[in-house]
Amino acid sequence: MKLELRGITKRFGSLTANDHISLTVEPGEIHCILGENGAGKSTLMNVLYGLLPADEGEILLDDEVQHFEGPGEAMKAGIGMVHQHFMLIPVFTVAENVMLGHESTGFAGFLNLNEARKRVREISAQFGFDVDPDALIEDLPVGVQQRVEIIKALSRDAKVLVFDEPTAVLTPQETDELMTIMRQLRDAGTAIVFITHKLREVREVADRITVMRLGKVVGEASPTASNAELASLMVGRSVELTVQKQAARPGDPALQVRGLTVIDHIGQLVVNDVSFEVRAGEILAIAGVQGNGQTELTEALLGLQQHVEGEIELDGNPLSGLSVRNVLDAGVGFIPEDRNEDGLVAEFSIAENLMLDRSDSAPFVKGGTLQLGFRSTFAAEKVSEFDVRTQSIDTAVGTLSGGNQQKVVLARELSRDLRLLVAAQPTRGLDVGSIEFVHKRIVQARDSGIPVIVVSTELDEVDALADRIAVMYRGGIVGIVPGGTDRETLGIMMAGEQPDDPNGPAPDPHDDEGRSGTRGEAA
Amino acid sequence: MSDDSGAQASAAETGTEAAGSADVALETGSQVPPDDPNDNRWNDALRQILGGSFVISILAVVLALIVGAILIAVTDPGVQQAAGYFFSRPGDTFQAIWNVVSGAYSSLFQGAIYNFGRPTFSAGIRPFTDTLTYATPLIVAGLGVGLGFRTGLFNIGGQGQMLIAAAFCGWIGWSFDLPPVLHLIVAIVAGFVGGAIWAGIAGVLKARTGAHEVIVTIMLNWIAFYLISYLLRTPGALQEHGTNNPKSPAILPNAILPPLFGPQYQLHWGFVISIAATIVVWWLLERSSLGFKFRAVGENPNAARVAGISVKSVIIWALVISGGLVGLAAVDQVLGTTTGGFSSGIDAGIGFDAITVALLGRSRPIGIFVAGVLFGAFKAGGFLMQAANNIPIDIVLVVQSLIVLFIAAPPLVRAIFRLPTPGSKPRTKTPAPTATAEEATAK
Amino acid sequence: MTTTTDHTIPDAAPIVLEKTVVKSWKTPITLSIVALLSIVLFIVFRRGGDTTFTFAGGRIAPSLPQLVVPTTLTCVILTTLLAAMAALSWWLLARFAKVPLWYSSVFAFIFVVAFLTWAAGDNSRPLPITSLLLGAVSLSVPYIFGALGGVISERSGVVNIAIEGQLLAGAFLAAVVASMTGSVWLGLVAAVVAGVLVSFILAAFAIKYYVDQVIVGVVINVLVLGLTNFFYSQVLAKDASFLNDPPLLPSLPIPGLSAIPVIGPVLFDQSIIVYLMYIAVAAVYIGLFHTRWGLRLRSVGEHPQAADTVGINVTGTRFWNVSLAGAIVGLGGAYFTLGSVGSFSEDMTGGQGYIALAAVIFGRWDPIRATLAALLFGFASNLQYTLAAVGSPVPSEFLLMLPYVVTILAVAGFVGYVRGPAASGKPYIKS
Repeated sequence: MKLELRGITKRFGSLTANDHISLTVEPGEIHCILGENGAGKSTLMNVLYGLLPADEGEILLDDEVQHFEGPGEAMKAGIGMVHQHFMLIPVFTVAENVMLGHESTGFAGFLNLNEARKRVREISAQFGFDVDPDALIEDLPVGVQQRVEIIKALSRDAKVLVFDEPTAVLTPQETDELMTIMRQLRDAGTAIVFITHKLREVREVADRITVMRLGKVVGEASPTASNAELASLMVGRSVELTVQKQAARPGDPALQVRGLTVIDHIGQLVVNDVSFEVRAGEILAIAGVQGNGQTELTEALLGLQQHVEGEIELDGNPLSGLSVRNVLDAGVGFIPEDRNEDGLVAEFSIAENLMLDRSDSAPFVKGGTLQLGFRSTFAAEKVSEFDVRTQSIDTAVGTLSGGNQQKVVLARELSRDLRLLVAAQPTRGLDVGSIEFVHKRIVQARDSGIPVIVVSTELDEVDALADRIAVMYRGGIVGIVPGGTDRETLGIMMAGEQPDDPNGPAPDPHDDEGRSGTRGEAA
Repeated sequence: MSDDSGAQASAAETGTEAAGSADVALETGSQVPPDDPNDNRWNDALRQILGGSFVISILAVVLALIVGAILIAVTDPGVQQAAGYFFSRPGDTFQAIWNVVSGAYSSLFQGAIYNFGRPTFSAGIRPFTDTLTYATPLIVAGLGVGLGFRTGLFNIGGQGQMLIAAAFCGWIGWSFDLPPVLHLIVAIVAGFVGGAIWAGIAGVLKARTGAHEVIVTIMLNWIAFYLISYLLRTPGALQEHGTNNPKSPAILPNAILPPLFGPQYQLHWGFVISIAATIVVWWLLERSSLGFKFRAVGENPNAARVAGISVKSVIIWALVISGGLVGLAAVDQVLGTTTGGFSSGIDAGIGFDAITVALLGRSRPIGIFVAGVLFGAFKAGGFLMQAANNIPIDIVLVVQSLIVLFIAAPPLVRAIFRLPTPGSKPRTKTPAPTATAEEATAK
Repeated sequence: MTTTTDHTIPDAAPIVLEKTVVKSWKTPITLSIVALLSIVLFIVFRRGGDTTFTFAGGRIAPSLPQLVVPTTLTCVILTTLLAAMAALSWWLLARFAKVPLWYSSVFAFIFVVAFLTWAAGDNSRPLPITSLLLGAVSLSVPYIFGALGGVISERSGVVNIAIEGQLLAGAFLAAVVASMTGSVWLGLVAAVVAGVLVSFILAAFAIKYYVDQVIVGVVINVLVLGLTNFFYSQVLAKDASFLNDPPLLPSLPIPGLSAIPVIGPVLFDQSIIVYLMYIAVAAVYIGLFHTRWGLRLRSVGEHPQAADTVGINVTGTRFWNVSLAGAIVGLGGAYFTLGSVGSFSEDMTGGQGYIALAAVIFGRWDPIRATLAALLFGFASNLQYTLAAVGSPVPSEFLLMLPYVVTILAVAGFVGYVRGPAASGKPYIKS
């Protein structure tokens, strides 16, 4: 089926999220829509999928104008979507999720689960998936969940399949497999829309590329275009893909973690006997596919996890067992991976958020009373220092853009006297400008002699920042390798295996990281 | 007659005005919409005022009073009779409706604000002092519930906290013979402590085991009710000597809250405590470190926890203070209005009214104060309405709950009065495109 | 990169993280406290004489012979058993990481038997087991209807605090309509209508205007209380014989089943509303977990956005299911006026809706478990009446407190880690 969008326009108040977007996707081709966060890609797809009504423009399938009142109608017309955040119900089984919305039923609305199981098995067999129809979604790894999403779309005979940022949660190997699946689908005649901001993937799989920026189509590119060309088209200026930084000058070991184990509330060992150390003035990146224990590891460092075993020492003082308050007071700065959930109080003003983790003592509080005068001065200073774009320090943080929100978090954490900085997914969902800013500040912190831990699922980010890289898989550290280790190796480690041909030293956690850092860079 | 009801309505309006405007200030202060400067500024301002919460609050009160009037009219025998021959003489029906509704609301006003039937000002103003007397416990209890709301906690256990507090302060009040001022202070503190302990149980259970405070406080209401009922009928516990009634002894004179404007008015010093409590709670929430933590936990407990705030101790402290404030409402009852000894109905529904007061006051101390006075007026006037016009005071419950429902749903009120939506642009904005807007201005 | 496509699929099998056990000591602690309490109550404050249990028959079922046991000896034996079970629970937890639910249930049952033996000891009047259970079922009826409504509503993502209001409205309208028409059947229909009307308010404010659902629920309860009180004193009280004198539902014994001793009169010699309740419990259970209706209902309560993306109308689904919940609860309200009392009085539900809500949570949002919880509450409430008649030493207030204490213990201790419907209480705002 051929999909055509003609002059799609979607406004939110005074903001135009999609400005007269036109594009065509032929059957049997993979059409990439490339653009950075906030370019309007997701809005466009929500319009296509009937989740949002378009203000102007038309959607055509095989040259017939469509009017979708909701996703149900879009699906009936043959559009399927693999959502960035999976639209699966965690407590339902695979079969139940696949059948939801178009259930086959018997007498009196009784569910015919066998029919759904059969359908799941059929499609699985066709594409070589190994999916158990009776498994609960919440028990499945994300890679498999994504396949369930694909099965869900295919079970409704989707002729146009939209993949919305599908690789964010996958290992490089899983990503490759997804590419293979996409090609398979394409060869079977499906029209595929592939939304992403990752240049590498675009060049790998796209038949055609449409680049979006600030709600507009800014051009088409061929898959043979270079990374730099695509990036400048996407961002609107030439961008430096790497962070300028000097070689690390690591000092003494500052943070030492030995035998750290974290158990979650249902008894799973989410972090399993992890040991590593971070030296003053170096960045240790923790790489790995999302959900392999990185979150719990950083939370354990901060004292946020309940069942923690093992030792954590900062500058020789034990951190384990301390309350969050005491950990913060020991000089740990923390940038949580979900800033809206854990980092900021959306309804609070910028000034209030800047004092959020210092609500107990001077200079923000004296004698139990808030020092509003000091807070205002402080906030004004930080807003200008960290280039937070806002009208006033009293603006609610929730109304700021993601980049500016992250700058507020960064300003708060870096304005304390730090002995360790833990940054979890510090640039998730940010635009290129903010990413550059955040990276610069993190490197600056390192250069001032602070030991830094950066958790990232993005290999680009790991590559840009890391002096050493620890790869996590299923709660354990697979190995610690020097910065600059090639993607192939990291990818294999992210799948839980030791690299066959390790370049650099053997992944030994107690390796002499100082030298290996420089060696990695040279290689 | 018509003047009275008009004045009554406007009194109610000024009542909510402060509550509304406090909120307006807060809202406009916190979210300045990055509007297109080309837009007509006056048009926008008008939009803001017409659709803002200030007007909504007034309209909510008006709407609720209209519904109340309809209820009064349709259940009135005179109206029903006139409606029986509506098509021959429709005027009679309207006349009957007018008579009963204006009569009722004029009683409501005269019972709450000023009685024109009295010869002197000091006698005429008496209803207003009654209003303030009824408002006194509503304000402190409302502050308690509102403080809970700001911390993200729903203290629905006002009844139980008041009963325990009544037992505490009453026991001090009749068992000991202390010097004048000291006795009163000790009794008041005991009341605060009693409420604090009872709410603290819910706080500790929530903090330690995650038990939902709504369930626990509701259950504690019943436990307190039966506990106090038992103690009140048990000789040697709270029961008055030499009686078989389930009733406590009278409070000793030294522990009674003295009248504020002399003995001819009921209003007692508890009202001054309510004013003081309003100021203290305002300071606590807006200016203190503890209040900052309360609000942080209320808005986003996860972020608060990550920022080193002990959510558990905040939950416990918030409920303790909340319960203590609700306990002060019992102090007002036991040491102020019902000093001759109390029964297990001493809470008089204040614990539940406090929820509506806190909601109407939008959990802001000043708003709660004004809302408390408004509800106090409804109560005072409702009694006169019941006595003079034979209209059950329960109509007040209906009007109060409708006010809260309408205020909670501004779009509904706007739809009924066909008002424009204020700041309709930011309202429909989704987070994702907001990011793009910011980036657009950044570049 | 393509060179690695032949790489084996690392994640084809589910991630199996190593598991260790997080032990919760809540259960042994609670059991030990109860055992200690038993020792104090049943042994330290022991009562002599004999305890007599009677098992009366019904209109059809025959009586069983009465059972006479020595009070002190029985209490000592049962208390020893309780103490042993409490001690064993520590060992069970240490050894198997979990104290099974049946263990706690058996413990609770023995405690109840011991308590009854003790309370009715000292040669006081015989304890009528049949009427104790009959009363328990009778008191449970509104709890169960309320809990079913709560389960449906919360499973679809709307917290239903308004159960109290729905019960009260149902009781009111059922009385008025049945009294005016003289037909109990029209009364039942009216109760359903009343419950649905209350639900409409809840649904409109919670689903359309995104008002906090707990707040709407509480305010609705006040509103319904105010309205029914107002109409009661303004209208009903003035012409009670016409407006507030409804006929009672007749008892319809089920042939055969009603002849079983004890169980027959308790369960199968009831009015139509009780049989409707049995059907409702089964229908809600089967419906929720085995039909399209249930699948869709649960999906909007767990992950509304996911439901939306497969074409399910989230708002509509929630709206109609909250209405259905109101209908069920309203029917339960009719039991007050048509099933037991025979006329409406002010605030006659007296907070029972809140107990139903507690049963929902205690029963972990499962219709069967919630029904059992409701029965437990009904039993605890009725115990007080029965023991007062027997002449027990326990002040009635403490027995009246029992269901509430049990609820607190349950939400704080026994229930443990409970996961309700993920999106319950959260309005679905389409972006």
